[in-house]
Amino acid sequence: MSMNKSLESNGVVIAKLDDLLNWARLSSMWPMSFGIACCAIEMMGAMASTYDLDRFGVFPRPSPRQSDVMIIAGTVTFKMADRIRRLYEQMPDPKYVISMGSCSNCGGPYWQHGYHVVKGVDRIIPVDIYVQGCPPRPEALIGAFLELQKKIEKEHIVADKLQTTQA
Amino acid sequence: MDDPAQLTEFGKILLIGVSGVLLVSLTLLLGKLISPKKPTREKLSTYECGEEPMGSSWVSFNPRFYVIALVFLLFDVELIFIFPWATVFGQSELIAADARWGWFTLIEMAVFAGILIVGLIYVWKKGDLEWVKPQTGLPRVSVNIPASAYDRLNKARYPVRPFEPVREPKAAAVKPQADDGTKKPAFKPLFRKPGATT
Repeated sequence: MSMNKSLESNGVVIAKLDDLLNWARLSSMWPMSFGIACCAIEMMGAMASTYDLDRFGVFPRPSPRQSDVMIIAGTVTFKMADRIRRLYEQMPDPKYVISMGSCSNCGGPYWQHGYHVVKGVDRIIPVDIYVQGCPPRPEALIGAFLELQKKIEKEHIVADKLQTTQA
Repeated sequence: MDDPAQLTEFGKILLIGVSGVLLVSLTLLLGKLISPKKPTREKLSTYECGEEPMGSSWVSFNPRFYVIALVFLLFDVELIFIFPWATVFGQSELIAADARWGWFTLIEMAVFAGILIVGLIYVWKKGDLEWVKPQTGLPRVSVNIPASAYDRLNKARYPVRPFEPVREPKAAAVKPQADDGTKKPAFKPLFRKPGATT
């Protein structure tokens, strides 16, 4: 739904409220703090002082209840997949997933003979942003968050909520 | 301050309290109105770092903690009583009014603290402040290798070859690339899988 269409169907107040909410949400994308493999080192580097992801409001949270974004930073083994799935389910809506690195994108170097590796985390949870690299540099992760901001910008939480309550 | 149109200091505190309650309840109400709610069985389950929550969280604690907490509470309350006592004890007007005041209050507090200290001595004697300490000791293993074998190994001298640095031929200097000011990025990230529509 484009912004003009939402203006027509919901009016200025709802559209502006959505804009305000989106601005608030995209300025405080709190990821769940967990790292699975070597990509997590780059993630930590991105969150530390040199790259300072905190200036985008990205601030790791210790609980899925408080987080909006899940960064899959590393190789997803079948053993870990259950946990990742459960953690994703325990996050409150609206929630987003950033798949960081080749392993979680498609299995990475284990795509053929990795008997224990899930060939892409999008087989167990929906992924919003894929970050290429093995591992991706911190700049790439920052790029992923900027891309996610563009995605959140286009959403209409209040309008959707009103439509579901009316329907 | 006697003007009824003016807020007293308590009135200001009441105002702060009312506005605080209003702000918090308004924020909660706003969140209830506009936040999406999609509860699922998984989402409502207990967070156990991704593990399946098992059993009850009402587990038994060691009863020893009860005594510790009780003793702590006792001395906590004692300290709370000592604070107002100290302010009254130090007032020079009261001491000036009656010289016995200072001694009276001091002995009163000594009696009060003394009763509690008797309690502490009782708890100490009962051994409730003792913690069970783990038994520490170096593990001993009997092996058939004689100690002299280790001695011989430790005392053995090995000849050291003198160090000679190996000179490697220098690599050819890398040719600097032509720089016309417009540097194209080597790789432009997509952030989606190739062929994906969204």
